[in-house]
Amino acid sequence: MQDRTGTAVGKPIQRIDAVEKAAGTVRYIDDYTLPGLAHAKLVKSSYAHAKINSIDSTEAWKVPGVRAIITGKMFPYHIGPILADRPPLAIEKVRYYGEPVAIVVADHEHQAKRAAALVKVDYEPLQVVNSVRDAFQTGAPLVHENSGQYMKIISNVYPVQGTNIGSHIKIRKGDFIKTWEACTTKVKETYSFNLSDHVALETRSTRVEIKSSGKVIIHTTTQSPFTIKKVMNQFFNIELGNIIVHTTIVGGAFGGKGTVQLEPLAYLASKAIGGKMVKLNYEREEDLITAPCHIGVEATISLGTNKDGKIIAGQYTFLIDSGAYTDQAAGITRAMALDCTGPYNVPNVWCDSYCMYTNHPYATSFRGYAHPELTFAVERTMDQLAKKLSIDPIELRKMNTIQPGDTSPTQSVITANNIGDTLKCLERARELIQWDEGQRLEISNNKIRAKGISTFWKTSTTATNAQSGAILKFEADGSVNLNCAAIELGQGTKTILAQIIAERLKLEMNKIHITMEVNSSYDPHQWRTVASSTTFLAGRAVLAACDDAISQLKRTASIALKCSKEDLEVGGGRVYLKPNPDYGVQIKDIALGYQYPNGHAVEGQVVGHGKYIQRHLTPMDKETGFGKPGPWWSVGTQAIEVEWDTRDYTYKILKAVTVLDGGTIINPATATQQMRGGMYLGLSFASSEAFLFDEGGIVQNPQLRTYQIIRFGEQPVEYLVDFIESPAADGPYGARGIGEYGVIGMAGALANSLSAAAQVELNHLPLIPELIWKTKKEHLK
Amino acid sequence: MIKNGSSKSVVKLHVNGDSHEVTIRSADTLLLTLREQLGLNGAKRACENGDCGACTILINGEPMHSCLSLAIESINQPITTIEGLKASNIQETFVEKWAIQCGYCTPGFILNCHALAETEPNATDEVIEEWMQSNLCRCTGYQEIKEAVKTVLQAKTNKI
Ligand code: FES
Ligand code: FES
Repeated sequence: MQDRTGTAVGKPIQRIDAVEKAAGTVRYIDDYTLPGLAHAKLVKSSYAHAKINSIDSTEAWKVPGVRAIITGKMFPYHIGPILADRPPLAIEKVRYYGEPVAIVVADHEHQAKRAAALVKVDYEPLQVVNSVRDAFQTGAPLVHENSGQYMKIISNVYPVQGTNIGSHIKIRKGDFIKTWEACTTKVKETYSFNLSDHVALETRSTRVEIKSSGKVIIHTTTQSPFTIKKVMNQFFNIELGNIIVHTTIVGGAFGGKGTVQLEPLAYLASKAIGGKMVKLNYEREEDLITAPCHIGVEATISLGTNKDGKIIAGQYTFLIDSGAYTDQAAGITRAMALDCTGPYNVPNVWCDSYCMYTNHPYATSFRGYAHPELTFAVERTMDQLAKKLSIDPIELRKMNTIQPGDTSPTQSVITANNIGDTLKCLERARELIQWDEGQRLEISNNKIRAKGISTFWKTSTTATNAQSGAILKFEADGSVNLNCAAIELGQGTKTILAQIIAERLKLEMNKIHITMEVNSSYDPHQWRTVASSTTFLAGRAVLAACDDAISQLKRTASIALKCSKEDLEVGGGRVYLKPNPDYGVQIKDIALGYQYPNGHAVEGQVVGHGKYIQRHLTPMDKETGFGKPGPWWSVGTQAIEVEWDTRDYTYKILKAVTVLDGGTIINPATATQQMRGGMYLGLSFASSEAFLFDEGGIVQNPQLRTYQIIRFGEQPVEYLVDFIESPAADGPYGARGIGEYGVIGMAGALANSLSAAAQVELNHLPLIPELIWKTKKEHLK
Repeated sequence: MIKNGSSKSVVKLHVNGDSHEVTIRSADTLLLTLREQLGLNGAKRACENGDCGACTILINGEPMHSCLSLAIESINQPITTIEGLKASNIQETFVEKWAIQCGYCTPGFILNCHALAETEPNATDEVIEEWMQSNLCRCTGYQEIKEAVKTVLQAKTNKI
């Protein structure tokens, strides 16, 4: 791990993007327009499952300004990030309500919209698969008749032909069957929730143009510019070098902008009008249901202990509602399996994680990538187990915490270097939530205060070759520019990278220039900005680039100062002699090379470059799950205190606590922002969000008026955030990832607190008062 | 022509203290007109349905959803957008209180907060809540925004 000089790392330095954002002058993708820009609008399916008999666009063509109308015939192939199972425009049949069926391109947006409404599609309704349960039944109608023939894009995806199983991931560790017999205490419970959405405030938007040279230029709201290149190359046969992806600051993403959905549609639209630039901007309703959303889950967990309360066997069955296509849900299915136990040592594990096709909008990654969902189920089970054993919920967790020397479900060995300190997190959270004053307090005739706790872990299951690169270019004034394709989504990543540079080069923050825009042809390859992996991957790349720049600076300075490189040090905008710091040269005088008094010049611009790639990750074995899918685990504990009203079952969230061990915290202020924002997102999901489907699989609430997210005033009265900083040996200055972690334990903690308050087991989401009332009524029967 | 909603007129909008000529259809919203004709992109479109407040602007000092206002209804009225609020202490406060992450909701919150500070600088927590509930933020969890709004109001009442 690198030594800290104390310049910038660990300081609450103000975000470098905040001032412009407050001024309202930041431009997001949808904020650009230009004369002649054509507009695309989608014709979307009005059924969840139906055969397309015919498409009639006669009336649509009558609208002035219409330039093209495209259907699935233009590109009758399947694409996808893990399993290529999705036609960008439906062919033969539609598989979810809101699926793109045709695109209308017109001069103006309002023309395209009016024409799109006039395209007549003749559907023949098919039987709808409306839940994962239904999907799993033998003899269920098939969402995909030929899933076995789809092309696999990466390993670890196993569709089962003739069923609705898009993938099946197994973990077999130890001997579950035998140990289960020997367990003295057992619990088995089932949990569920529907699909929901990311609801980034910025809806997805893209502009594509195809130049006569063959270059395809894409401006888009994305977390993954290089994945867009890969997809356009793989499926549309465009040379990689001819695909240029630009992205600016992104208006929130939460995983939803990590996959590729609207760019191929805009590409087809542009192609249909001779390569002219076309914009495709999603309206909120499209952003909610046409674009990929957040998985639904039905999970069954069985835990068994020995007589001391030590968990010795665990069985985990996950039915993941991935909707009509697998997209990232196939990867989420794997992620849910590989961390299935939560941060507990379970020596005998049997896990079946199924990615299920249904006729629902399809799902992709959501902040936490399987972990908020998994943790809800695991942490509810822990509380129910504690009750059965009559052990304090925190004590039960402490007794079973996974420790260095234990192995993960995929049999990766846990070491002090690759995991945070769960016990410390639990202890600190216990203090912050004031656990010892009692989990449930009746504070008046009709008000109950109750607390719930939740412990979690997560490893970043990146690609085994996930990587990042960075270039540092020095200016003639001694300042430095960073090129790095990490994307600013609101998480503050660019500020973090600037802090790492400031620390390493011992330079002031205002000497570091960071462009928010990313251009895939100027910036080095970056896997994606997802999986809480950017501080780690890009941070390491940036450090390597700093070291490269330092050695170049020393070399040029050694010429100027007529001494050996080894005797030099860089800091404070100078290169100087270690034994005599007064003797040195300003970086500005050597940034573009050194010039002798007679005019001769040597060395040239200092351009540092660096890269980092994941080390020794492996895919998982098909039968047992054996493998090393991630580099480290960040761990944490969260807690919630609610005040619940016994009359109408409503509740107020009083306190939300997060204690995270994310290694060294580079910026405590942005880290706190991330935790609070994550807690909010997790609480909103847990307390009020879900798509509601009618019996035909039609989403009943595709608007922010009916799809409720937590509004101002409904947030916790108090957010308490603290960090335990056990440094990660590999991380930049000891940092691990933190971006997703605020979300992970929230659903579990909220459900545990409300279950304690209402004295019933609340195992389904969202936790609306009506659900509590119904559960209570069932219970009293 | 009129049936298709495609006839246009040239009208004047009074924005941020200046008059601007714009060419509008009767169906054009104020939001699209500000953005596409005047390049004032601070007001965002995030739902175009009155549900999120990202498009908030001030008309006659009152916060309005510009996605629900027609440009044609807004002629002859003073309009303020975020671009017209340069270097106000509200913007500084939002920065200082860490109330900004992705920034997409920020202009709407700042304008709403500005109007609140002008109309009811002594607003109670309940009143603040009532006002701010028209705006959604998906990144921050509202805590920092709440602190920023309260700081702005406090500064305002101290000055009076
Ligand atoms: S865009 Fe106007 S309220 Fe959402
Ligand atoms: S800061 Fe992203 S929506 Fe508020």
